[in-house]
Amino acid sequence: MHELGIMTGVMDAVEKSAREAGATQVLEVTLSVGEMTEAIEDALQFAFEVLSEGSDLSKGAKLTINMIPPKSKCLECGAIYTHDRFHMLCPECGSFATQLLEGRELQIDSIEVDLPDKGTENTEESASLGASSDRA
Amino acid sequence: MAHIDLKQPILDKNDQLAAELRQRFADNHVFVVDLLASPGSGKTSTILATIDALRDEFNIAVIEGDIASSVDAERIKAQGTPAVQINTGGACHLESAMLKRAIDMLDLERLDLIIIENVGNLVCPTDFDLGENMKVMILSVPEGDDKPLKYPGVFQAAEAVILNKVDTLPVFNFDEEAFTSSVNQLNPQAPIFRIAATKEQGVHEWAEWLADKIRAVQ
Repeated sequence: MHELGIMTGVMDAVEKSAREAGATQVLEVTLSVGEMTEAIEDALQFAFEVLSEGSDLSKGAKLTINMIPPKSKCLECGAIYTHDRFHMLCPECGSFATQLLEGRELQIDSIEVDLPDKGTENTEESASLGASSDRA
Repeated sequence: MAHIDLKQPILDKNDQLAAELRQRFADNHVFVVDLLASPGSGKTSTILATIDALRDEFNIAVIEGDIASSVDAERIKAQGTPAVQINTGGACHLESAMLKRAIDMLDLERLDLIIIENVGNLVCPTDFDLGENMKVMILSVPEGDDKPLKYPGVFQAAEAVILNKVDTLPVFNFDEEAFTSSVNQLNPQAPIFRIAATKEQGVHEWAEWLADKIRAVQ
């Protein structure tokens, strides 16, 4: 049960970016979570509800989680395949030598925010701030 | 409404600090093992047996992660090995910021091996990079052969699996074949070491495997 700790980190990062963009409200947060991590979708949702309720900036925001299924590459025959959490062996040649390509993600993809209504100038500003966040 | 792309790892801060620690370990030629296991699986006994097997060749220190108390660190110190206790104060796993505070208390230059005993937990520690060279997990026979099926994450994060308390196999209904097959499915490259830490059984093979890894960074 470390989802609350994980979500605390998410909220800190989200609200920092939202403030930098001059946002008045966070509307939606989108995460990518690999199925090979120990983070449980329901527990993340619950932690998000609790934390966003307690914050003026994020109150009422929605959390979208994209669960990423595991995908591996066989280092012997080169096959690339999706699998569940329990079966890592190459389904083509049965090799033990495999490398996980996807499934361990824990990432904040994007946020939707409300910006104060100041006309088109502000929209451009938020776009450039979004670009600067990409580098972080 | 505006859309802001972040593409930011959630454990960014932890991972950055872990990377700094990893660099410090590499600069000082210290090999670091993060030990993961349930409470009562014999982590501290395994550490003591490992120290016994390796102390003639290597300078070793231990970092003990527990929610409370310093009983484990006292056990290690009683054997003459430096030990630093981290109390997580309720947290279910160690994070790199906690580890850094403990590392700062050790003389890295003099050390060859640091063993981190993580909080007894098969779930949470697996997601947190501490800058270690490898994670190793211990399962003890009384816990049952089905644990790889119930806690796949920890078996996958580990570079080696230690099966402890093999001296109790005759009295527990532990299907070793099923266990080995589950571990191989989850983590095909991980060796499984069968030991009985308090009986010094099988420790030599595990210690030799570890010694090769330590020598490789020196």
